[in-house]
Parts: sequence; C-alpha cells; structure tokens
Amino acid sequence: MAADDVKLRVSGLDFYYGPKQSLFGISLQFLTNRITALIGPSGCGKSTFLRTLNRMYETVPHARAEGEILFDNEDLLTMDPVALRRRVGMVFQRPNPFPKSIFDNIAYGLRVNGTHSGAALKEKVEKSLRRAALWDEVKDQLYKSAYALSGGQQQRLCIARALAVDPEVLLLDEPCSALDPIATAKIEELLFSLQDQCTLIIVTHNMQQAARVADFTGFFLLGKLIEYNRTEIIFKTPAMRETEDYITGRFG
Amino acid sequence: MLWRNYWRKFVNYFMFSMTGLCALATVGVLFFVLGYLVWHGGSSLSWAFLTHLPTPVGEAGGGMANAIVGTAKLLLLASAFGIPIGFLGGVYLAEFGGRLFPFVIRYTADLLNGVPSIVMGIFAYTIVVLPMKHFSTLAGGLALGVMMIPIAVRSTEEALRTVPLMLREGGLALGASKWRTIATVVVPAARKGIVTGIILDMARVAGETAPLLFTAFSNQFWSPGWNQPTASLPVMVYTYAISPYEDWHKQAWAAGLVLLTLVLVANVAARLFVSGRSAH
Repeated sequence: MAADDVKLRVSGLDFYYGPKQSLFGISLQFLTNRITALIGPSGCGKSTFLRTLNRMYETVPHARAEGEILFDNEDLLTMDPVALRRRVGMVFQRPNPFPKSIFDNIAYGLRVNGTHSGAALKEKVEKSLRRAALWDEVKDQLYKSAYALSGGQQQRLCIARALAVDPEVLLLDEPCSALDPIATAKIEELLFSLQDQCTLIIVTHNMQQAARVADFTGFFLLGKLIEYNRTEIIFKTPAMRETEDYITGRFG
Repeated sequence: MLWRNYWRKFVNYFMFSMTGLCALATVGVLFFVLGYLVWHGGSSLSWAFLTHLPTPVGEAGGGMANAIVGTAKLLLLASAFGIPIGFLGGVYLAEFGGRLFPFVIRYTADLLNGVPSIVMGIFAYTIVVLPMKHFSTLAGGLALGVMMIPIAVRSTEEALRTVPLMLREGGLALGASKWRTIATVVVPAARKGIVTGIILDMARVAGETAPLLFTAFSNQFWSPGWNQPTASLPVMVYTYAISPYEDWHKQAWAAGLVLLTLVLVANVAARLFVSGRSAH
C-alpha cells in the first residue's frame, strides 16, 4: 500500500450484543482521504462494524465493543462520543431528514457545533448544498419542509447535512439501497467528488458499486474480515476462496 | 343447502344491524345530552349570563362571569403545575431506558389516574386548605394539576414513542448530545401528539367538580388573586341544580352548556390541529 497516513487503525475489534458475539478480531486500516467499501452478504456484520466507528451502538443497551480503534492515534472507544461524532459523520440507509425546513436540516449540525450567526449559516448551508449537487434544485425552496423532496434528494440532503460540519471521516451505510438507479448514480458522482477531502467508508451490498467507487475493499463474512485490499485485487485476483465465491455470486 | 345460505345471510344482517344500532346509540347519547342542554340552557344563555355576576336569589338576571373566569384561572394554575411535570416525566419514560424504574413510574401514573377525583380533593384540602385555613384558587388549581399529571405523562410518552429511531440517530450522528437531540429533534417531531394530549388533558380536567368542592369552594363575587375561594362552572352547576329555585335551574343548564361547549371545542380543535398540519 502507498505510504499515506492512516486515519483509522482498527486492531482486534470484538463486538457483542449481550452475550452474543457478532464481530471477531477485526483488524484493518483506513487511509486518509481514500474511499473504502465494505462488502459481504446480509448479516455478515459490516453495518455493525461501521457503527462502531462512530459508536452509534451506544444507543443499544448491552452492546459493547472490545479491542482498539485509533483515530489519528487517539483511542476512539474511550474518547468523548459527542466530540467523536463531530469528526466522524454518518449517512444512513434510509434518508432521515428532520421534520424541519431544508435550511434548518443543514443548519442543525452547524448550530450544534457552534455556528450561530445568520450570515455564516447561510454561507455554509449554500456551500454544503453545492457540494452535494443539490443547490440548484432547492435554492428556491430552502425554507420548505425537507419532506417535500424526493427520496434521492432527501438522501443527498442527508449527505449535505453530514458534510456541513466538515467531518474528517464520513461513514455511509448502504446509502443507495433505498434509491432508484438514477439517484444512485448521482450519489456515486457525489462520492467521487468528495475524494481527497474526506475519508469515506461505505458499506454496500452492491458489488458493482464497490468496484466503481472504492479505492480499497474489505470483505466480511459471519463477523470476520476475510480479506482487505485494493479494490482491483479483491475483484480480479482475490486471495481467499470465500472472497472469490462471493464475488462470483456462488453465494450471498 | 339452501337453508344454510339463508341462515348465514340472516345472521350477517342481524349482526350488522345490532352493531350498527349500538354504534348509533353511542353517538346518540352525546347528541341527546347536547340537545337537552341546548334546549334547556339555550334560553338562559345571553350576553348578561356571560358577563354579569350572580345576583341574590329572587332577583332576576345575573350571570356566571365569575365562574367562567374562575374555571379559566383554575385551568391555568393546573396546567402550570401539571403540564411541566407530566411532560418531563413522559420524556424520561420515552427516552431513558431501564426496565424496573420506568415500569414502576408507568404503573404508578396509571394508578394515580384511577384515584377518584374526590379523594384528590381531600388530599388538596389536607395539604393546602387546612394550613392556609381557608379555601383558595391555589388549592383548587393544585388538585386539578395533580390530576393532569398522569395523563400528560402517558400521552407525552406515547407521542414521543412514535418518533422513529432514525431521527434520533440522525441527531446523535451530527454530534448532538442526547439531551440536545431530544429537545431539538425528537420533541419537535412529536409536537402534534404532545399538544393534542395536553389539550385533551385540560378539557377533561375542566369538568371535574368533586375536587373543587373542598378546595376552591365557591364564590358569589369576583375572586382576584389566588388566595380566595373562586366560583367555577362545574361547582355552579352543582350548586344551582340542587337549589329549589327555578331561575337557578335554568342558569345551571346554561352553565352546563357552556362547559360542554368548551370541552367539545377543545376536542375538535385538538383533532383539527392533528390533521391540519400535514404529515410532518
């Protein structure tokens, strides 16, 4: 691998829901400003793993993570979760805009993080919407409810909302699975355009998407990380038989 | 074979009629009561009724302005006491976990809801009226406020539970603390249900008579401030209805009509509020 900086270093991560273990000794490194895809069949633990990276599992009682995750050499599992989530953003599988106006949706994260002046908010909201390629479509309806947008637009809004606070890492949990192909294409374009600005980690069940979009790919199966490498290697010359079986559609 | 068909059809038709009749009876009772009130009280309802004080017996005229204002003051006090406690309690139950403590709270709230209102009256009498040595609006407001709490708790909790987990996660993922997410995302998302619950809560408590009998008592005159006994619509209905004076009976009907109208308006307003604001 290239001598880029490591943004997130995961070592021996185990994850439990109560007594049941769902992740087994996950170890991998995410490089700064690169796009990594996590693939695998349903229930293999890729979403669970993603949610350990911003500690969203803490809303679930009896969920716990053991092992080590270093975020720029800080211990991610013990740092302040609120501070963590301001630097590691997340976009969910189904669009979840707040029942507020488009403007207030984007401004929410900004206000939480200390921006209050009207002028600064307007400027940052516009910048976010432009980054998400949504500005032209919504600039005349900024104060209308976010629910008036289509599914694809809502998801781009959620991405814009997450980007507004300039996170260092953006986690995307199957962001296109609830969308039609055209909306999906727009979002993939958006992800490309974010390269070199943000470290992206995207969970997807769509292998073609991983092949199109990601620099690195990790293959999960039954809670274990089977293989992790550059995308071309995973898809063309995978080292593990399970990876090859999955890629070629023999199961999953 | 044919007999069975006929029998089946008959049973269907019979059950349809019976259930329809019962449904009609339910609605009919409301309209009957309303009609009766309008018939008997409508004639006494006048501008004078709404704006004048009661006159001594024997004199014609007079109204229940003080009772209307009294009911409003009692509701205001009850809401100031019952709504914040009920609302925040509901927030706790919906947002913070644990198995035993929330279960105990919920169960206790339901029990409190079942306490007969006259017992609430005795409670407020002992706690407020005896130490103060006189009846007061404060005591009445307190009794009603305590009655408002369990309903406010449950309706707030249920309204908050309808907010999907996704929205809460959205707030947390942006770096908002749990409290901030609750205050700025979850509660606003549930505001329709919460407000409706509060309006219905107030409407229900507005008609409670028993607790007022020994807390706010009654008053023939205006009762400024919070320390004096105050007239209220339900108590006036009671006092005037059991009196031997025909004139007062008519006024009792009118007071009942005003009270019922207030309750109906509140209910209708609450439903309109829910459906008027679109699917946010």
